[in-house]
Amino acid sequence: MSAAAALPSTPHAGVLERYTFKERIVHWITGLTYLYCLSTGLAFYSPHLYWLAYMLGGAPTSRFWHPIVGLGFLMGTLWMHSLWRRDMEITEVDKRWLNQTEAYVTNNEARTPLSERFNGGQKLYYWLMLYGALLLLLSGIFLWFPEYIPRPSAWVRGVMILLHEVAALATIGGFIIHVYMSVFMVPGSMTAITTGHVSRAWAWTHHRLWYLRVTGQRGVTGQGNDI
Amino acid sequence: MANGPLQIKAISGHPGTVPGKNTSRDYDVCKLIDVTTCIGCKACEVACLEWNGYPFRETVFDNTYQTMPDTAWNYYNLIRFNEFTDENGNFSWLMRKDQCMHCADPGCLRACPADGAIVQYANGIVDFQQDNCIGCQYCVTGCPFNIPKFNPTTKKVYKCTLCSDRVGAGLEPACIKACPTGCLHFGTKDDMKDLAETRAAQLREHTSHKDAGVYDPAGVSGTHVIYVLHDINHPERYGGLPKDPRVPWMVRLWKGPLKWIGDFAMAAGIIGVAAHYIRFGPKEVEPEGLKPPEGSKPPETSRPESPKAGVQK
Repeated sequence: MSAAAALPSTPHAGVLERYTFKERIVHWITGLTYLYCLSTGLAFYSPHLYWLAYMLGGAPTSRFWHPIVGLGFLMGTLWMHSLWRRDMEITEVDKRWLNQTEAYVTNNEARTPLSERFNGGQKLYYWLMLYGALLLLLSGIFLWFPEYIPRPSAWVRGVMILLHEVAALATIGGFIIHVYMSVFMVPGSMTAITTGHVSRAWAWTHHRLWYLRVTGQRGVTGQGNDI
Repeated sequence: MANGPLQIKAISGHPGTVPGKNTSRDYDVCKLIDVTTCIGCKACEVACLEWNGYPFRETVFDNTYQTMPDTAWNYYNLIRFNEFTDENGNFSWLMRKDQCMHCADPGCLRACPADGAIVQYANGIVDFQQDNCIGCQYCVTGCPFNIPKFNPTTKKVYKCTLCSDRVGAGLEPACIKACPTGCLHFGTKDDMKDLAETRAAQLREHTSHKDAGVYDPAGVSGTHVIYVLHDINHPERYGGLPKDPRVPWMVRLWKGPLKWIGDFAMAAGIIGVAAHYIRFGPKEVEPEGLKPPEGSKPPETSRPESPKAGVQK
């Protein structure tokens, strides 16, 4: 189900509904569970960040909850996937955007290709987190119950810890950019993901093709340039 | 030994020199296990349980003289039993007392992420502090001897302490005290190495064990538990004693270079986005319908015309 299809056809004056209630809930489930796993995971990753575990109720407690909350993160991610699967497909529009990433990053709006409900960068981040979550779960299961790995297969444990760390570091890279962009680089994003609304000018500026579609000025397929 | 300050300096009414005066001794302790004189009586197993306060576990009979297949979280010490027939048809029983080797380069300590859960004392004893253990079992991954064992009830990991509580009080470990054949010895590392080499040389010269030698593996920078084996070239015959134990390279990778790369990447990411904000700043919202500036290169996707006013209320 494309969530965009559920948007009201006539949004009230001045604002557009960017995220439905369900989408906002699922975003914050994944966001908060990720933050918990990030904090406790970093505590186990680096002795210099071990204090994070003390702050979150102690290290044995963190070890106990980290995998369970991680499972919550994966379930949130899968729910999100059921909502955004179609919106996140990478199309020709996104490929053009991704070819001009430099223009977007340097705030050269004139050279930045127009984007749909989500731009190419957001979609890349989405797929990074989805596959990251799956990889973290796959490796995490081995770290959760290492006592069931027989001794001759002990090397598997070492490989899985490596995989878990590499996957976590990849998602952290995406997460730093995600938080920076939503909090600092694109004002209005935090309002959008908390209240669900953006100004019409915001939609026009950042997601022109989506703006045109939901304001009824363009076909609703969302694929290509059927403006 | 650890009781250096109580070394005798002067003795009243004693003729001649004071024994041991002005000698300085190595603080490293070592347990020597001479497997050639072990009779598999398991007095050490019982002494270990008694000193550590564990009840005797159920035994598992697998048609050998071994008490159970493996050590356990509350059974630190196990005589491994193997039958061996050499190329000449000579049959022998190989008994090896298996417990923590107290490596000088402990893989468990390297792998452990919990602050203070594993300590290595100056005398070489590697000890687990269960209060600080988080139960992640990375130590199991780091150990080349498969020693740390997980207690699923308390979610803590346990292993042989080399009786650090006894040694700290100037006593020998409980297993040493119980051994009836003198196959177990305890002292400084130098003394035990010397005793072990003497015994190995004796075996080579006076018995048919021409390959007898001392097991003190260099891959983990030596151990504080050493063996005299009949055949130093085949330690794996003694219940899977590894020939060249090392801290797994995977553990060294994720505790070494990967940490540096990851720390650097995370710091670079945070500095990078901060620098981006200072250089380029936030994206300003344009008024609806603003056209791209004159003279700028048209984007690859053609930009649409302004929406007609009045389409939306």
